[in-house]
Amino acid sequence: MFSFLLKRIGVVIPTFLGVTLLTFSLIRMIPGDPVELMAGERGVDPVRHAELLAQMGLDKPLLVQYWNYLTGIFQGDLGTSIVTREPVIREFFTLFPATLELSFCAIIIAISIGLPAGIIAAVRRGKVTDYTVMGLSLTGYSMPIFWWGLLLILLFSVGLGWTPVSGRISALFWVDEVTGFMLIDSFLSDEVGAFTSALSHLILPSIVLATIPLAVIARMTRSAMLEVLREDYIQVARAKGLAMWLVVSVHALRNALIPVITVIGLQVGVLMAGAILTETIFSWPGVGKWMLDSIYRRDYPSVQGGILLISCMVIFVNLTVDILYGVVNPRIRHNR
Amino acid sequence: MAEQLEIAVTDEISPPGPFREFWGYFCENRGALIGFGFILAVLLAALFANLLTPYSPYEQYRDYILNPPAWQAGGIWRFPLGTDEVGRDILTRLIFGGRMSLFVGMIVVSLSLLVGTLIGLISGYVGGMTDTLIMRGVDIIMALPSLLLALAIVTILGPGLINAAIAIAITYLPHYVRITRASVIAEKSKDYVIASQVSGAGVLRLIFITILPNCMAPLIVQASLGFSNAILDAAALGFIGLGAQPPSPEWGSMLANALEFIQRAWWVVTFPGLMILLTVLALNLMGDGLRDALDPKMKL
Repeated sequence: MFSFLLKRIGVVIPTFLGVTLLTFSLIRMIPGDPVELMAGERGVDPVRHAELLAQMGLDKPLLVQYWNYLTGIFQGDLGTSIVTREPVIREFFTLFPATLELSFCAIIIAISIGLPAGIIAAVRRGKVTDYTVMGLSLTGYSMPIFWWGLLLILLFSVGLGWTPVSGRISALFWVDEVTGFMLIDSFLSDEVGAFTSALSHLILPSIVLATIPLAVIARMTRSAMLEVLREDYIQVARAKGLAMWLVVSVHALRNALIPVITVIGLQVGVLMAGAILTETIFSWPGVGKWMLDSIYRRDYPSVQGGILLISCMVIFVNLTVDILYGVVNPRIRHNR
Repeated sequence: MAEQLEIAVTDEISPPGPFREFWGYFCENRGALIGFGFILAVLLAALFANLLTPYSPYEQYRDYILNPPAWQAGGIWRFPLGTDEVGRDILTRLIFGGRMSLFVGMIVVSLSLLVGTLIGLISGYVGGMTDTLIMRGVDIIMALPSLLLALAIVTILGPGLINAAIAIAITYLPHYVRITRASVIAEKSKDYVIASQVSGAGVLRLIFITILPNCMAPLIVQASLGFSNAILDAAALGFIGLGAQPPSPEWGSMLANALEFIQRAWWVVTFPGLMILLTVLALNLMGDGLRDALDPKMKL
């Protein structure tokens, strides 16, 4: 087990270094240097320019700069935002709970609908139910989610007036930050109606963000389930006279879940990319919208820091899934 | 003996050609056929856009700003799907938009397929240190969510349709590299490759003529899926203002300002997105059909 762990972590380190190299070069490949970017249209006189460059350590050789960047990362220093002059890492983690809350709700929706849908489709293979579920999931998989968000706003916010259009909670409420999760914080606060307001703000964005993972999970569950249902031990269980629902939920599901869990782990990247679009449409104050705004504002240190942090998160989740996979399934642990 | 053989040939018992066989399997899948029909229609409409519509996608009819679709009160048949915020005919823009989306899809697929396959062939055939380096690079690209990486690349290259296509192509490289590498490694120790090597085939002949054709099936399937994803990603980039730039009639960028009109002009919001959805759905249906036809092993 220990050598398996070491091996997995050993593979991740070069990937992490590669990502830092990528974000490091990103800011250097953009035309103009950081000082010129900060000065903007006004320009800056050459003496002051050189001074600032030296102050930021940009006059040193590239290798030294990269080393400084790397050691900075390990001390939690991802540079400062050009626009707000705040440390990038603080900005990121102020906004991150909003994205986490949204993604968490999305993945809950995706799993709680996608998993049963996939199971039902597999059990009723070739019937109308199967075709309906698969048709819907292919549609979900093909959905441009930014348009899906607009459509839901058109229907539920503009047409029916059920849900608000943007933000995390109505401006009428002031909720103290305890966990950073608006749903929990508003529940804990004394304000009447704050929780309902938070919930109604959350519902549409999380449905939009859940769409693609839901489709992927339903498809994956169906195919994994079909594979397992073909096995001999399922036939045996059926032959013993066990009810179909018992065979499916106890015998089949447990074995079908392994590939499904991997796919769920892989959705983290999808969620992060989806968050950029979803948060933009619903003006959700999370890291996705912040990344995009930073790009518009040419706030490159923030873009650089955001990309690094998000990819680290994806790497970390994938590593965790990999390790869990080895824990659950000893065959994998020993094969590699 | 010879006579018998002749009879067999004239009776046409000879197996169908590879294309005929493929087409047979493909047609069994009704969804794939529908998808194929839809894509063909979009393609033809895009090619003959100038003949299909009397308007230019850029022409602004200032007297008809935000005119509703023909079947709604206030709509006129001159603009069947209505007009947008500056009075351009939406139907015309949708037809011309097909050009852009299909164009992006083709650029992305050919670029990522070509480069990815080449890198994969090298990685799989050469092996050793080269292989390790390439695979680590692939891991790095895969660690980044594709849209995020595309955003980063577009930030460097600057916004625009071609740059968006290049950025998306780069994010899709890893799939092709991995697939090609895996099949090259599986194929290169097989007898037919060794036989070819022994009879004196050069490295290039071995790679491109002996091995490559046997790796094509999964690559074609991946390419068809890549095509639809490319259209989706390009539309997303257009939507956030980093892909095709206004006033070009790209479906995604047509939605960029749609949020402003959501209260008073549903048609501006609905139709471009519907075209994206239907096109991508049609391509995915086709992709499923292709997979079933080309690779019976993956059939469920």
